[in-house]
Amino acid sequence: MSNIELQDKRPLSPHLSIYKPIPTMVMSIMHRITGVALYFGTFLFAWWLFSAAAAPEYFAWVNAFFASWLGRLILFGYTWSLMHHLAGGLRHFLWDTGRGFDKHFSTRLAWATLAFSVSSTILLWIIAYAVR
Amino acid sequence: MADMRTPLGKVRGLGSAKEGTDHFWKQRLTAVANVPLILFLIWMVISLVGAEYEEVVSTLSNPFVSLLLLGVILSVCWHMKLGMQVVIEDYIHSEGSKIAFVILNTFFCVSIGLASAFAVLKLGFGG
Repeated sequence: MSNIELQDKRPLSPHLSIYKPIPTMVMSIMHRITGVALYFGTFLFAWWLFSAAAAPEYFAWVNAFFASWLGRLILFGYTWSLMHHLAGGLRHFLWDTGRGFDKHFSTRLAWATLAFSVSSTILLWIIAYAVR
Repeated sequence: MADMRTPLGKVRGLGSAKEGTDHFWKQRLTAVANVPLILFLIWMVISLVGAEYEEVVSTLSNPFVSLLLLGVILSVCWHMKLGMQVVIEDYIHSEGSKIAFVILNTFFCVSIGLASAFAVLKLGFGG
């Protein structure tokens, strides 16, 4: 048997599919997913800025897109991703100081991250609609 | 346990990749900067909801807004370049594609950064 074939037959360590999802694990995954979403979402921010610098007609068109139901849905998702990634980042700052690793505390913190991101997103959208 | 590192290597603290904690540190540095900058950005966007073109342009031509937006662009683009690089290194195992994607990642972040900065400067200097 060649070396490559032997390597293919090596047993693998247990991976994601075998574990029951727990809050800290799910929030860790969500932190990465929201980060990736924000990465591509910066394109929208650059597009909006660019349109404001380009011409009034083009800006009106871009603004109309963001005001449409699809645009609002994207912006709502963007707001939540931003809030979730922000909360996850603050959690990492706490961990960077060496604190907050206790099992029960970190689980509560994971739930708090989600609670913060959902409530702050709703609050921001209420403010946005109120000041309009 | 015996430490195999040379005294010089220990003092430099750069490890086998010769970068030390550079990536980690800049990731955290930009994360710290992002907190107030993003709060400013949210405040600015909310204040411009439903605004006409003239109002948006007048806000974006305020020097303080321009400076803060340039800060947002620099910090966010740097942060996302570092973050996406880790994602690429985690999931793409073939050396060739990994390097190609890391390069693409840098190009994407630089392009977003330059386009946004150009727009902010154009508006800041009066369109």
